[in-house]
Amino acid sequence: MENKNGSIGTVAKKSISSLSSFITTFIIIAVDVLLGYITYQLASMGYIPLTVVFIIIILLISAAFLIPKLSHLRWMAVGLSAWLLFSIFPILFTIYNAFTNYGDGHLISQTQAIEQITNQTYLPETGKAYEWVAYRSNDNDYLLWVKDNEGNTFIARPVESEGDERIFDVVQGENGIGEIDDDGAPVTIEGYTRLNRILAATDQNLTKIKFGDPEKTIQVRSPSEAAELLPLYEYNPEDNTFTNQQTGKIYYDREGTWTARDGTQLIPGYNTVIGIDNFVEFATSPGLRGPLVTIVTWNFIFASMSLLLTFSLGLLISVIYGDPNFKGKKLLRSFLIIPYTIPSLITILIWRGMLNPNLGIVNRMLESVFGISPDWFNVPTLARIAILTVNTWLGYPYWMLVTSGALQSIPSDIYEAAEVDGATGFQRFWRITLPLLLVSVGPLMIASFIFNFNNFNLIYVFINGGPPIPTATTTAGYTDIIISYVYNLAFASGRGVQYGYASAISVVLFILIAAMSLIQFRFTNMWEEVGENV
Amino acid sequence: MSDQVKEKKTRTITQQRRLGLILRWILAVVLIIFSIFPVIWIISASIDPVNNLATQKLIPDNAGIQNFRELINNPIFPFFTWLWNSIKISVITTVLTLTLTTMAAFAFSRFRFKGRQELLKTILLVQSFPNLLAIVALFSISKQIGDVFAALGLNTHAGLILVYLGGAMGMNIWLMKGYMDTIPRDIDESAHVDGANDWQVFSKLILPLLRPILVVIGILSFIGTYGEFIIARTLLTKRELQTVMVGLQIYTSGQYTQNWGVFSAGALIAALPIMIIYLVLQDQIVGGLTAGAVKG
Repeated sequence: MENKNGSIGTVAKKSISSLSSFITTFIIIAVDVLLGYITYQLASMGYIPLTVVFIIIILLISAAFLIPKLSHLRWMAVGLSAWLLFSIFPILFTIYNAFTNYGDGHLISQTQAIEQITNQTYLPETGKAYEWVAYRSNDNDYLLWVKDNEGNTFIARPVESEGDERIFDVVQGENGIGEIDDDGAPVTIEGYTRLNRILAATDQNLTKIKFGDPEKTIQVRSPSEAAELLPLYEYNPEDNTFTNQQTGKIYYDREGTWTARDGTQLIPGYNTVIGIDNFVEFATSPGLRGPLVTIVTWNFIFASMSLLLTFSLGLLISVIYGDPNFKGKKLLRSFLIIPYTIPSLITILIWRGMLNPNLGIVNRMLESVFGISPDWFNVPTLARIAILTVNTWLGYPYWMLVTSGALQSIPSDIYEAAEVDGATGFQRFWRITLPLLLVSVGPLMIASFIFNFNNFNLIYVFINGGPPIPTATTTAGYTDIIISYVYNLAFASGRGVQYGYASAISVVLFILIAAMSLIQFRFTNMWEEVGENV
Repeated sequence: MSDQVKEKKTRTITQQRRLGLILRWILAVVLIIFSIFPVIWIISASIDPVNNLATQKLIPDNAGIQNFRELINNPIFPFFTWLWNSIKISVITTVLTLTLTTMAAFAFSRFRFKGRQELLKTILLVQSFPNLLAIVALFSISKQIGDVFAALGLNTHAGLILVYLGGAMGMNIWLMKGYMDTIPRDIDESAHVDGANDWQVFSKLILPLLRPILVVIGILSFIGTYGEFIIARTLLTKRELQTVMVGLQIYTSGQYTQNWGVFSAGALIAALPIMIIYLVLQDQIVGGLTAGAVKG
């Protein structure tokens, strides 16, 4: 009897599980179809790297749900997909960029660059010529009537004009064309005034305007002649060079930029792999290396001093007020934790207002009491002091909370033993409290160091890394740390955006951070715990 | 005689103690002023109708709520739209982060599979790469996805949330897994014997026990997302889509000294939800922090 029930249960369970696996399969197919569609679209738009990532994601999700051996991946397939797309892929992309010239002047592909350069034209001094008559509207729109030496006539709008046909025939009654004179040029065009020789000769804009289609462009060369423009550069696909048709100068492809022997370059260049040049240039170019040395040095000073100051102040408070007999401890803690509870961006903005050298309350108070008004924003040392002060304010409550917890976990019999041995309070602190504390909060200190090492918000929001370093060829300031410097290189450099350089420093920075993190993980026994067998 | 000495000694000790106590309180007052002065100052600025950094006084004349009213009516400073955006994005990101990390942590804690340690280590190490460094890549990925599927591209909240979720796997998984490891496996084994499958063990048995760690990771994730501004600023360029942190930051890069009062009022309202969360849930948060979580 029991046995029978059991088998019925099993059968029911089996059919439920086959139903749920059917639904699962169905959902997976639906998800795959959706992702597949997106992937196909990405591929058709030419976003090849992203297409590859999406194919990996589809494979991952399908494998997780369809291969029983990989069923553990079901629990993390979505998370891993997001992680691949927005953590792993960006890192690989950044590493790749570090070895390219990606940045202003090199943002596009080789094909696009060749097309853009081939489209550049010049006005030849001799060659096919037209007679011309110009018309101007009140809004300074122009039309150009031309006649070639075979007597063919047409009217052209400027190349930039959109919508209407840029070239049209001269037919009375169409396009507002009125009467036509003996030459074949309209006497009037509706909305336009025909320019006589004098008006045309004195018109400032006329000789600059290119008329007609991009493939067939006409420009006014002299009062009597207009001429068809010719391509300025001829591309030679065999040796990948451009020849200037006007001067005969040859431009050779040098790492994504066509460069002549005399050093002149064609714009734009294209995005290509240039090996370790970005790294080499940072090591050798004085305008880049100089500020980088300043920035890296300050980065380490900033992170160490921030840690030292916040930790010391936090610890001092927990030691002084850790005494259980001290009344008002709870109240004090609630007050002192306040800096930590405000989103850091807001507090940094508030401090920036308070420390404003001319208007801020700090300087107004200093001025009235001591008669001094330090320039926190423009003097490098003062700016650094200001930043460390703000960071101490932001960070000490964390260490107050952490150390007060850690101090309580130090067994009191150690202190009793020390007291019996005649140790003074000072000795007890240095010989017992501090070493034991450092063991328990050591990993957090490394984490805090890493956090401050990359404390972009503070540096960027306070005064954007300023004051500027005068000798730098890129945007770099005395309070910049590596990460804010990288950000400015990528987005706001004086030399334009420099993704290649920015990525090169990012890679170096990542190696530094990874090394520090590994030390932290060793400290915390994280690796061991990862490998434990529960 | 000896009694007198003893009495004198006790008296000096009490005196010393009293002196120590007074010194401590003086120091405490100094520390309190250092800690709350900026807060007091911003509160004062928010109710000061002068609305100007240069002339603002610590104790304002004619205090009033003009600045707060200005927040509601200012079209170039749609403060409450931003605040709502921030709260919406942070809540959704937090819920999804918790879902993804809890499930992944369950697999790492309960299953033994090939490459488990390596994957976990990689996830931990990769998270130490600040995603700010890859912001150019994040921007172009979002743009390319948006070209194909506009609902997840640039200038969408869903796209931003997706980018945030890309960074969700990391320390959170490690914290969560560590917590799960402390739940004895006997519990799930006996449930398995009774015929429960993995999903039932997870949802019925383990999940309810995770409440404390879920609270910690949830709060920290909410606070981190709420305070993030640089990725949000890069991906959301339309004013009405921006978050409150981006709004405040952009606002202060203009002529903020002349609108200091309005800024202060906004900063105060924006900071309030987080301050309340912190002060109410101090103890849980401290627990999470000492376990290695980092405030964003």
